[in-house]
Amino acid sequence: MKKRVLAIALVTAMVGSMLAGCGSKGGSGETGTDAPAAAADGAKVVKVGVYEPASGDNGAGGKQEVLGMQYANQETPTIEIGGEEYTVQLEIVDNESSNDKGPSAASTLVSAGVSIALGSYGSGVSIAASDVFKEAGIPALGVTCTNPQVTEGNTHYFRICFLDPFQGTVLANFANENFSAKKAYILTKLGDDYSTGLGYYFKEAFTGLGGEVVEETFQEGNSDFTSYVTSAKNAGADVFFAPVSTEAAALIIEQAAAQGMTIPMMAGDTWDSNVILNAAKGKDVEIYVTTFYQEGGNEEFDKGIKEWINGDSTAKANNGGDDTIAAVTAMGYDAYYVALEALKAAGSTDAAAVNEALWDVSYTGVTGKIEFDDVNGDALRDTAYVKCANTETGAWDFVAEQGVN
Amino acid sequence: MSTKKKTAWNAGLIAALLILLFLLEQVMPSSSMLFTVLKKGAIYALVAVSMNLLNGFTGLFSLGQAGFMLLGAYTYAILTIPVEARNSVYQYFDGGIIQFALPVPVALIAGGIVAAIFAYLIGLPVLRLKSDYLAIATLGFAEIIRAVFQWDKLGPITNGSNLLRNFPSFRSVLFPFIVAGICIALIVMLINSTYGRAFKAIRDDEIAAEAMGINLAHHKRLAFVISSFFAGISGGLLAMYQTTIQASMFKSAMTYEILLIVVIGGIGSVTGSCISSFLFIACSEWWLRFLDNENLYIGGFHVPLLRPGFRKVVFAIVIMMVVLFYRQGIMGTKEFSIEGIANFFKRKPVGKKKKGGASHE
Amino acid sequence: MDWMSRNLPYLMAGISVGGQYALIAIGYTMVYGILRLINFAHGDIFMVAGLIMVYSTTVMPIYIAIPLMILVTVLLGFLVERVAYKPLRTAPRMSIMISAIGVSYLLQNLALYVTGGLSQQYPAIPWINDTVTLFGATTKRVTIITPILTIILVLLLVTLIKKTKIGMAMRAASRDFETSQLMGIKINSVISFTFIIGTFLAAIGSLLFFTNYTGVTPTAGAMPGLKAFVAAVFGGIGSIPGAVIGAFIIGICENIIKGLGWTTFSDAFTFALLIVILIAKPTGLFGEKVTDKV
Repeated sequence: MKKRVLAIALVTAMVGSMLAGCGSKGGSGETGTDAPAAAADGAKVVKVGVYEPASGDNGAGGKQEVLGMQYANQETPTIEIGGEEYTVQLEIVDNESSNDKGPSAASTLVSAGVSIALGSYGSGVSIAASDVFKEAGIPALGVTCTNPQVTEGNTHYFRICFLDPFQGTVLANFANENFSAKKAYILTKLGDDYSTGLGYYFKEAFTGLGGEVVEETFQEGNSDFTSYVTSAKNAGADVFFAPVSTEAAALIIEQAAAQGMTIPMMAGDTWDSNVILNAAKGKDVEIYVTTFYQEGGNEEFDKGIKEWINGDSTAKANNGGDDTIAAVTAMGYDAYYVALEALKAAGSTDAAAVNEALWDVSYTGVTGKIEFDDVNGDALRDTAYVKCANTETGAWDFVAEQGVN
Repeated sequence: MSTKKKTAWNAGLIAALLILLFLLEQVMPSSSMLFTVLKKGAIYALVAVSMNLLNGFTGLFSLGQAGFMLLGAYTYAILTIPVEARNSVYQYFDGGIIQFALPVPVALIAGGIVAAIFAYLIGLPVLRLKSDYLAIATLGFAEIIRAVFQWDKLGPITNGSNLLRNFPSFRSVLFPFIVAGICIALIVMLINSTYGRAFKAIRDDEIAAEAMGINLAHHKRLAFVISSFFAGISGGLLAMYQTTIQASMFKSAMTYEILLIVVIGGIGSVTGSCISSFLFIACSEWWLRFLDNENLYIGGFHVPLLRPGFRKVVFAIVIMMVVLFYRQGIMGTKEFSIEGIANFFKRKPVGKKKKGGASHE
Repeated sequence: MDWMSRNLPYLMAGISVGGQYALIAIGYTMVYGILRLINFAHGDIFMVAGLIMVYSTTVMPIYIAIPLMILVTVLLGFLVERVAYKPLRTAPRMSIMISAIGVSYLLQNLALYVTGGLSQQYPAIPWINDTVTLFGATTKRVTIITPILTIILVLLLVTLIKKTKIGMAMRAASRDFETSQLMGIKINSVISFTFIIGTFLAAIGSLLFFTNYTGVTPTAGAMPGLKAFVAAVFGGIGSIPGAVIGAFIIGICENIIKGLGWTTFSDAFTFALLIVILIAKPTGLFGEKVTDKV
């Protein structure tokens, strides 16, 4: 008897919540959005979706990227669209760095009724969610997803960073010019489109310069990199190129140092993170990365965000426990303002109008001037910063600003 | 109720459900999470039922479901990517070596067939193994399949470990419902046939079943191949739902999820598996999401503990509760039927009918 | 000498990983020997041990943190058995295995919640974390210590099982569960004791493993756990020497495969090995032949 009552109660609850979900258009409760205090005074709300990883392989990077947006949001919480004051509300969802959880996370944003979505850190998840945004007619603004496939052939996916063919070439040129490298060891992660993509473009450029490469891959969940380091040494490589997530990178650095690997390690934008600095601190390793932003590029921004991070314990924890500014944070900050520009230009919160407006947005942010090309909506960027990890101070040293001729 | 009347009732119910779905799609915005849950739920229902056919009805404890879904998903994707899109998808492999595209239904069935062929080959050696050994061997096979599909030497076919995309997908929630519905109906028909009775006999007692003249090897292989066939089709559907696929998503964690769905629904109950897959997907993708929100207030009270990830903890605790205290799952070995509901309200003990309202008089 | 310094690192890595797998594999094999249960949560307990170490070293010195970590891990192993497996003792074997999968799911999600999904840096333990050079190959000292420590612990364990009363009770319980109960063996305490030993060794294993591979993530235990289980099956489940030898073979093979450049298949190879042994000799290398009772 008890069980039956319980069963009936459960069924009623289930049906009830289903209907509630229908009624509110998937609005308030279940999508996890509660209007901030500012919205309560009657001002209109425009929602900006944040599609970023907060857990999994790219969790650390995703969190840092979100920090930039959150800081920008609390700096500029309102915006005037078509003569009316709107409160900007960030709708944050975790895509778990996973291509199969990504689409549902993106659907959550769609059903919350966002006008534009920002993200993601990691190219694979961005490609995976692309169709969800496309079907819903919502424009997406890639922040640091560098793989060409994210925007290729899409009119709804834009991005504000440079692309991997460019980044790969910069890295290959750098390896060739500065280390006179003849042989490169390339380590990529299986099933990570960013990693395999950048590895591929580096190889193309490097072999184009007359170099030779040894390629190896590792499976997700692998934590034993000693054999890879040994293989790199045995192959007689001049550089160790590993465009992988920070999680794997920390392990690689640790094990490379333990085995006394002396050749320089190189990587793309993912390695520009304090995770790498902490792993490299006090160890005998040489690490070079290409990135979007160099700390000190904009004093005002640096100072402001450091203050904010130091004053907010959650933000500090999300930044990895210190106040080093990651390039992705600066990119997240710029992405937020690009989104606001688009909303202003569109003069409405309608997603289709925002999509149209994005093509003509021109905005100069802390990471430089941002404009989109007419074909895929990629940012027109022709420089990357090369940084080197200082293993004594645990900070980045600026090395060069590089372009491709 | 007579069998005929019952069939009519069931057909009527299914028709009503489809009409309801059709109407829902007309009136509700297509962006609602409800549709996401329904689409994914239907796909998981199919794979859960296919796993139940093995674990619940034949007593073969197999953990290879994710591997067979991978085979189905890849076959479907590889065969349906439009020729003009192949150059951009297979960008590192010069467009791949397959330069044709098949219609969707053909590719879906091909996915099932490829999974079934692999299952047949894998089954030859491993089906001789007993319970846990079978479980771990099938799990191992799924991992091996995953590694093979990530091998860059097969890149011209599988695109290495990179994403496959641009293949046709579905928009309407009716498509997965109809495909999954047809497949589940076929499985139910199989379960109610002589073969199904032989499967159950093997589950209940292998030695007795063999003594009764049931060919163990043949029937086990049959159950394994059929289950994999449907897992392959659901893999194809999953590819359509996700619009992109990659070998690395088909991890053993996926098999565990499906197994938990089967257990929550009741091992040996087809309708139980269906109901629990919708509940499972709804909880993990939709209803519990509010638990991840740090700033949740109930009447001014700031709910503590909430932050990203809490949803999953709550969900895991609920699952543990079901496993420990509600061992029979939602439906036990019973089936959901009109008669059952009627009895439920008449307060007649339903439990007296041991197995399946639909299959017995 | 050149050949040596080129290839020795693979072998050393293999032996070291093998030792760590062995310490986990013993937990699997002992539990399976008595309960016929694949304790899927064992790998996750291994991961939790790593997390406990990470968090405890932030508030206390390392020489207190290590014993505390071992103690808490053992307690966790004990509790998991009491809460999740004991109530299901009379249930079908499949339910208890599903319960194990449920515990694994819960521990992973709890770890995800606590860590916020970020990889945690394992503390550097002095002395064993130092770099040493052996025959021209540079490595951490822990790599050399692991196999030695593993073998010492295994010898102690074998003595315990052969010579003591509780060891005899364990052997009896694994031979015939019901009869041993009739003979007056307190089966619950024997099972608890088995879990305590298993998790104790897993805690030591986690200490060695994470000192070498310093990132602790919620899923860090899954792969080592699965491989250790494969090692246990490979060596003949229920046999402790079998599990240890199986673990060393798998650890070494895995690194040789990586050394040969077949990195895509390093995990797959382990499973292929498992399937071959299951088909050729279903009871593993050292397993005893069991006939099913009708």
